[in-house]
Amino acid sequence: MPVLLLIPAVFAIFFLVVPIIGLLGKVVWGDLFHDLTTPQARAAIALSLRCSLWATLLAVLFGVPLAWLLARVEFPGRALVRALALLPLILPPVVGGVALLSAFGRRGFIGEPLDAAFGIHFTFTATGVILAETFVALPFVVITVEAALRAMERRLEDAASTLGASRLTVLRRITFPAIAPALAGGVALAWARALGEFGATITFAGNIEGRTRTAPLAVYLLLDNQPQAAIALSLVMVAICIAVLTLLRGRWLVRQ
Amino acid sequence: MSALDADIQIQLESGFQLDVAFQGAAGETIAVLGPNGAGKTTLLHALAGLRPLDGGCITLDGMALDNVATGKFLPPEDRSVGFMFQDYLLFDHLTVRDNIAFGPRARGASKAAAGEEADRRLELVGLADRADARPHTLSGGEAQRVALARALAGSPRLLLLDEPLSALDATTRDYMRRDLRELLSAHDGPRILVTHDPLDAAVIADRVLVVEEGRTVQHGTIAQLAQRPATRYVADLVGVNLLRGIVSDGSIELPSGALLVSAEVSEGAIDGVVLAAIHPHAVSLHRQAPETSARNTWSGHVEAIEALGSRVRVRIGGAVSLVAEVTPSALDDLGIVAGIEVWCTVKATEVSVYPA
Repeated sequence: MPVLLLIPAVFAIFFLVVPIIGLLGKVVWGDLFHDLTTPQARAAIALSLRCSLWATLLAVLFGVPLAWLLARVEFPGRALVRALALLPLILPPVVGGVALLSAFGRRGFIGEPLDAAFGIHFTFTATGVILAETFVALPFVVITVEAALRAMERRLEDAASTLGASRLTVLRRITFPAIAPALAGGVALAWARALGEFGATITFAGNIEGRTRTAPLAVYLLLDNQPQAAIALSLVMVAICIAVLTLLRGRWLVRQ
Repeated sequence: MSALDADIQIQLESGFQLDVAFQGAAGETIAVLGPNGAGKTTLLHALAGLRPLDGGCITLDGMALDNVATGKFLPPEDRSVGFMFQDYLLFDHLTVRDNIAFGPRARGASKAAAGEEADRRLELVGLADRADARPHTLSGGEAQRVALARALAGSPRLLLLDEPLSALDATTRDYMRRDLRELLSAHDGPRILVTHDPLDAAVIADRVLVVEEGRTVQHGTIAQLAQRPATRYVADLVGVNLLRGIVSDGSIELPSGALLVSAEVSEGAIDGVVLAAIHPHAVSLHRQAPETSARNTWSGHVEAIEALGSRVRVRIGGAVSLVAEVTPSALDDLGIVAGIEVWCTVKATEVSVYPA
């Protein structure tokens, strides 16, 4: 056992676990139910769930076809498109929010005509929250599904076509089942990311209670005046993330 | 009229060119035999529609599947072609029954009818009890039979088999080879079997098409191939020594300068560049320079000794490289081991010659 590796590794585990322990230590368990059922907390949790689920759905609806395009179609600029698809992953979320604001805000080159034509606007609306969350969640779906499409045995699709399956049947009965575990993983990650979205949301959609104040925003706001409530909300999000990880781990165990 | 009429011309990006033409009758099994990279799998892909032709045409039962001249191309799903892949490519997320029902279902059969067809096919290959198993739980032999049943389900007009026995261990391969011939006889269209094992071709196929580097080099029954192998590959394959030389002064001069005497050449019936075929069992081995009536005597050293069933093949290198086939006891009596010097003799009457 190389001790030189073991010591920093143990420190790494320590570093990952300690903040969670700290959080659990601060939870006032007796008041937890009360803290999570205040109107503000309930509004934040409900908004977070609603927006993150919509964002996940949109990320799947747009991300899966993009992943397919990147994995299966040779076109000029494919490397560039792939890099663009990953951009929200590494871009500081607040910068993402500024960028979204520049395009979809009231004065944005898309936001302004949209507002004029249909009265659709994103700033200070749940629609804006969904847009910001979709932006940051999309890469997780694209990456996982593209990797699965590349890794899958494409000759299975050939085999299906020699058995008389049309391209749509092949997609439905061969390709989709083959990528389904990866898609489930991507969906879980995308959802967790959307749920935790803070920077882009507050920058782009604002921080209006009941409309754009999601759980992370509420945590940040409550931390000064009602730390106990902030910690209760944080606990909910930790629980959700652990659930997501467990789900993913289950998937991976099944596949091995 | 032949059921299958194929003139296959394909140009791969790598520069490889495939140009093979042949016909297949209903109920006939044609083995496509060739070394790795000869283009055998590409040929099957063209027949299945997984690779469009660059030239030529494929006609099945009078209907064009692919015709470059007319621009006609039927995609794989619109061809009545069953394809059994080398690594089977079973769908692991489906049960064995659903794998076999997949084809009939995709071609429009009702779920019930497709299931019945699958059960019938499973019965035929003796795997009725494995219907609900997942492909990854099957043994090699079982997977092979499921793959065959899947390719045959829906009774395609043309059956393609890509190295159907190569993924099996030696014992399983032996009895599956016999089984396969029988199972194939139930299919009444032409069957194309790609293999690199002459035994497969000999046991299963009616005719053999030997393809090397994208070209047909020979075509006939295995017996015909063994008698007059056209290339070194065919000779190696069917076990015949094949020597190329030029006829001069009633004997054949080999590139090494050695001379080969053949009764056929002495008769003066043949001239120019020739191929001389010598059956390995016609090569006698000796430890000392022999006193013999055999006209051809050369020395060489033993390069390799390999067992081949009840016989032993001894590969001899020298001015004339030959393979001799002897019994294990003869090998012992002579004390032949790798590396030693031996003398080979071949009677002139044992050397058959034909123009190259």
